Amino acid sequence: MTGIVSYATYLPMYRLSRSEIGRAWGTGGKGEKAIASHDEDSLTMAVAAAQQCLAGLDASKVDGVYFASTTAPYHEKQSAATIAAVLNMNAEVCTVDFGRSLRCGTNALRAAADAVRSGSLKNVLVLVADCRLGQPNGANEMAFGDGASALLIGSDNVIASLDSMYTLADEIIDVFRSDKDRFVRTWEARFVRDDGHGRVVPQALKAAMDRTGLSMADFAKLVMYSPDQRQLQAVSKSMKLDAEIVQDTLYNQFGDTGAAQVFISLCAAMEQVKDGDRILLASYGNGADVITLTAQSGIASRKPARGIEYYLNTKLMIPTYEKYLRWRQIIELEPPATAPMEQPSPVALWRDNKSGLDLHGVKCRACGTPQYPAQRVCMECGSKDDFDDYAFSDKAAVLATFSHDSLGISADPPTTVAAVDFEGGGRITCDMTDRDPSEIRIGMPVEMVFRVLRYIGGFYTYWWKARPKRD
Amino acid sequence: MEGIKDKVAIIGMGCSKFGENWDKSADDMIIDAVYEAYEDAGIESKDIGAAWLGTYVTEWTGQMLSRALKLDYVPVTRVENACATGSDALRNACYAVASGACDIALAVGVEKLKDSGYTGLPDFELLRRQSNTYRTRTYSPPGHFAMMATKYFDKYGLDPEEGKRIIGEIAVKNHHNGALAPKAHFQSETTLEKVLAAPMVAWPLGLFDCCGVSDGAAAAIVTRADLAEKFRADPVYIKALQIAVGPYEGYMSPKYDWVHVEETARAGERAYAEAGIKNPREEISIAEVHDCFTITELVIMEDLKFSERGKAADDVRSGFFHLDGGLPVNTDGGLKCFGHPIGASGLRMMYEVYKQLQQKADKRQIKNPRLGLTHNLGGTPATCSVSVIIAGNEKG
Repeated sequence: MTGIVSYATYLPMYRLSRSEIGRAWGTGGKGEKAIASHDEDSLTMAVAAAQQCLAGLDASKVDGVYFASTTAPYHEKQSAATIAAVLNMNAEVCTVDFGRSLRCGTNALRAAADAVRSGSLKNVLVLVADCRLGQPNGANEMAFGDGASALLIGSDNVIASLDSMYTLADEIIDVFRSDKDRFVRTWEARFVRDDGHGRVVPQALKAAMDRTGLSMADFAKLVMYSPDQRQLQAVSKSMKLDAEIVQDTLYNQFGDTGAAQVFISLCAAMEQVKDGDRILLASYGNGADVITLTAQSGIASRKPARGIEYYLNTKLMIPTYEKYLRWRQIIELEPPATAPMEQPSPVALWRDNKSGLDLHGVKCRACGTPQYPAQRVCMECGSKDDFDDYAFSDKAAVLATFSHDSLGISADPPTTVAAVDFEGGGRITCDMTDRDPSEIRIGMPVEMVFRVLRYIGGFYTYWWKARPKRD
Repeated sequence: MEGIKDKVAIIGMGCSKFGENWDKSADDMIIDAVYEAYEDAGIESKDIGAAWLGTYVTEWTGQMLSRALKLDYVPVTRVENACATGSDALRNACYAVASGACDIALAVGVEKLKDSGYTGLPDFELLRRQSNTYRTRTYSPPGHFAMMATKYFDKYGLDPEEGKRIIGEIAVKNHHNGALAPKAHFQSETTLEKVLAAPMVAWPLGLFDCCGVSDGAAAAIVTRADLAEKFRADPVYIKALQIAVGPYEGYMSPKYDWVHVEETARAGERAYAEAGIKNPREEISIAEVHDCFTITELVIMEDLKFSERGKAADDVRSGFFHLDGGLPVNTDGGLKCFGHPIGASGLRMMYEVYKQLQQKADKRQIKNPRLGLTHNLGGTPATCSVSVIIAGNEKG
């Protein structure tokens, strides 16, 4: 049986209320949306979801990483390979990037299921993340939120089988972003609603039912992409769906999280269903993918440690819309009167991949002292080249000391500078993120998160930061 | 180990005006400082046997020194040791004359920071380049030293307001001293109220907790101790020359407590041993220390054993480090007010110690000086280069 072995979501800490956007533009707005921090992107959010999804599992058994996003950090350069390195995976892992439409997540899921079913791969990690930009003072800006999800697809210990897959392709220019654009464009709203999503999704669902011989009544949950609440209701009504089975898209909590939306909704549904329940999943984007799943025994006992409730309850409001503009670099600020950050060397970054990307240090075989970054001469006993690799990203840690540096170069000043001490030994000095400066105290527990350190010279430098334990 | 004690003497020193010297190039400031030193020593350019130029970011090569001074094809070497660069230039010149390689050596420190357009220190790219990878830091020098303040306050049970008042007193003292130093960058008194009301630079450090960013140059002329009295009646003898460079331990080991600087403690111990000093609090007459931030000066008092651990605040409150106190510290205003042109600072510190030991410090003159100490720190509390140099106005 091929299906989902493990699942998780990731929603960023920050939320922007739609009324705050409305405050800036003299309009209104209901609810709030999840906002990637200034140092997050689709890649880092996918990593965060993947870490949750793989918790307690043997990551070395993963032989495929499929990353799906319309907002990958690069047009040319693979994100999945970066993610595999961050997750310390075997170099022989099959990495693939999917993108180009909101359907990219289900494209990846289908490809993963096909690969596992065929025996080509055994365990494929499907990561879907988006942080799309709507132009200021537009409907998309109000709607779009940021988030990610991870599914591990395999054939052992399956908690939700992937039963059928149906795909419909449909050429239409309704929601799009060309290679020259930064903001997503949408054609006239009624055309998009009625002749795009409102036409294609029902058509695909109906065809899928015909194929499988099932009816809507056979499903405990219908997980359907929808750009907003109103369209979800309109389509549900037109299809005469039982409102009980239509999974909430969390539009007023997280916003339209793009390609990740149906996956976040699917994870929410999986937290709720019981053995034997069927789930119907429909994505949209130049066509639709319809996938049917059946919950298997054990699903209830294998909920992620950080479920939807956790993400709803752990949040920080971004105080002003202007701060959001700064984080997204939508407005250009006067540069500070300090030396600009220098472009890093890709050569030096490459040499440093192990320490930098998966936060590995070393542990001295002679004296047992963990050290970050990797050393050749032991800081403690002076032994040379006598170390084992040592992971820091999963170790409990506390804040040894800190400052709030107003001269540090950051989109979210002041830079909170942290010395972090790990349980079991080792210290790292790094930035803190997802924090309220007034809440930072010496001795507080922190966790390490993978983030964008800087973007200079056309490429991203990722590293790790500490944040107050999110709970 | 024999050590350097009483083998070398300083026979001339010079120091340019420190500050935002818009109208002076690095060469101009070098010439101002060195010609003052020539005059002080009673020598000419042709008497120099070898020279060391300390600069951190102003120029890559020591050739600029020969260019500015038109030296007579003598050896010139640029030295660099972060903010302790000036002290290292002096150390090299002292070793040269002690070895007999030449009779008279010149040590110069210079920095031209204010051509950069930056309000803070310029171009730490030079620092970043060496480990220009994931681990590149995004924060500023104040951010590092502020971490020491946070931890110091926490460890000794000071709430941040109380802690800021204590380090604020250091700024007030150094402003008082700087107001008496005609070549200082900032020559104005300040008040604790002003210090506490200043904008935050790196919490908990405010603007008045941070030293000036300045242009400037300073120079020393050294010779063998047995030749010194041929040049002047009041040479200043080198008693100890120590530098300790940290192995990055503070950033990697939880053992580092962030309330002291190991390099200062190590260099201090070695310098006291070299100079034969048993009780620095009693024996040192004056200290010029690296108060890049007020918290740094507080912690240095403990690291150099002027105060007991955790008790420097008591000495700050009692005025022990004031001009008329038991151990005057930073009598010329320190980095805080005299300014901090990086490569020049170590030699500027020695310029003040030298003048004090010769009883030529005018309104700042302390009573009965015998031994003076300079402490020059380059880097951050967690890893740095620290020089401790001790000088005296008598042999033995």
